[in-house]
Amino acid sequence: MNRVAVLASVFTLAACQSQSDPDLDQTGAQPDLPEQRDTLLPAMEIPTPAGWDGELPTVPEGFTITAIAEDLKIPRQMLLLPNGDILVAEGSGGNAPAVRPKDVIAGLIKSRGKSSVEGGDRITLLRDEDGDGQTDLQTTFIDGLDAPYGLAFVDGTLYVANQDNLVSFEYTDGATSIEGPGTELTKLPAVINHHWTKAMTASPDGSMLYVGIGSNSNVGERGMDVEEDRAVVWEIDRETGASRIFASGLRNPTALSFNPWTEQLWAVVNERDELGPQLVPDYLTSVREGAFYGWPYSYFGQNIDPRIRPQRPDLVAQAIVPDYALGSHVAALGLDFSSEGGLGGPFAEGAFVGQHGSWNRSDPSGYKVVFVPFRNGRPSGEPVDLATGFLKDGHARGRPVGVLFDEPRRALLIADDVSNTVWRISRQDGPNASEEQ
Amino acid sequence: MDQTLPHSRSFSSPLHAILLAFPVALYPAALVTDITYLNTAVIQWTNFSSWLIAGADLFAGIVLAWAVLSLFFGRARHMRRRGIVYLVVVAVMFLAGVLNAFQHARDGWHSVGTLGLVLSILCTLLAFFAAFIAYGDANIRGDRT
Repeated sequence: MNRVAVLASVFTLAACQSQSDPDLDQTGAQPDLPEQRDTLLPAMEIPTPAGWDGELPTVPEGFTITAIAEDLKIPRQMLLLPNGDILVAEGSGGNAPAVRPKDVIAGLIKSRGKSSVEGGDRITLLRDEDGDGQTDLQTTFIDGLDAPYGLAFVDGTLYVANQDNLVSFEYTDGATSIEGPGTELTKLPAVINHHWTKAMTASPDGSMLYVGIGSNSNVGERGMDVEEDRAVVWEIDRETGASRIFASGLRNPTALSFNPWTEQLWAVVNERDELGPQLVPDYLTSVREGAFYGWPYSYFGQNIDPRIRPQRPDLVAQAIVPDYALGSHVAALGLDFSSEGGLGGPFAEGAFVGQHGSWNRSDPSGYKVVFVPFRNGRPSGEPVDLATGFLKDGHARGRPVGVLFDEPRRALLIADDVSNTVWRISRQDGPNASEEQ
Repeated sequence: MDQTLPHSRSFSSPLHAILLAFPVALYPAALVTDITYLNTAVIQWTNFSSWLIAGADLFAGIVLAWAVLSLFFGRARHMRRRGIVYLVVVAVMFLAGVLNAFQHARDGWHSVGTLGLVLSILCTLLAFFAAFIAYGDANIRGDRT
């Protein structure tokens, strides 16, 4: 029976190897990257949902946080309309079939960390009529969508990125609902949809739309045939719907936004799993035209991933190092910039990043909203916590997804897809909308 | 020969034999698909291996339970030494198979590797060994097996 002992020690070894080293600095331009640890049993910790019980997320002193929308159906990304109304895309997509026994088991395990509410497949409108920061009207704006995620507004037209297509809707100022299916601008890659979220933003001049299309696997384990037009950012002509690959090798670009100081496209990207608790850091980066960011062949430049065969040294040689690491497995899903002085103080110039939180490490990471300070249009320091407390006693009371900086009202909005809430952070002493308008 | 004896019974019952047939067929099949994956890097072959191993493990688990019970209540209690050897072989095969299932749950090229190939070979050999014990002549005691 000493074979049993051998077996037991293999698993113990796997468990030992999956401990994190707290001394590693995994944020910033040059994150510490430890050795790969592809253990037999990946480290896992899935904080199950729990209620807030009247408590609130924690924000820095001088700030206040309130819930401005509740009882949503899996809120993801948000958009500010010219009249101050806020749109919230709600839904849950993906229809990837289980290819291996592992897919069945991993799906069951990961679902324990999610809300039991079914995705709304709709967009909800939130209106604050008197500028007191409270929502006076919460109503369904567009219904019958298919896992909407990315939202953009250009020149009186609303663009919605469903999990399988990009649809436009004519908007009339002050509308509280839009009927009809809209007009399809283009199909989006949707076969398998392992990573189904279609993040979107519009170029500053409004001529182009950019859509993030995540990979169909962790690291190519469904074969590279299904990765055609995957792990890329598409550039789509707003007039014609013509698309092309703008940048590639971005495993799962979950939020896109234009940097207001440089007018460059930036993204947050979720990196690969099962190389250990501290690989690979998710990142925030400018997205350069024509650039290749490594996936699946390498990460953070030329760090080769041995799990993908055949290897492609030619592509690895071209791989670009992303600008700024956010930490391993934090699952960054939200990005917006603090334009025009932001929330003031340490939150004046930089990027807000919503972190949905990890599954692939025994010490959970993410589950918060951070602020990455910028100077001269580039990241310039350590991330600062802006909203925390989503985890308590090993349970997830909330998981941040999209973030939206409401510039006219100087507030940051956070979509939370576990408590199905939209949170609003503002300064206690700061101008509110009524003083400012 | 012995099978002409009036009270001859085989080591395994027909149902037990059918259950053991699955690991005997599936572990070697997984070995073949592993080798094909290592030769081609075509991902579908390792997917096949994963399911073949999962199926083999399921039946190996049932066979293991049967082997334990048989030692006390079944036919193996009359052929104790053979029953114990059989139990050990099936137990190691099952544990190696479960380990191999975890190995094959890793992504891409790491799903097979040296460990996966070695475990697939081990499971194949043990499945054949178990079959020799289970399907061999019943009344020759204590030799070879």
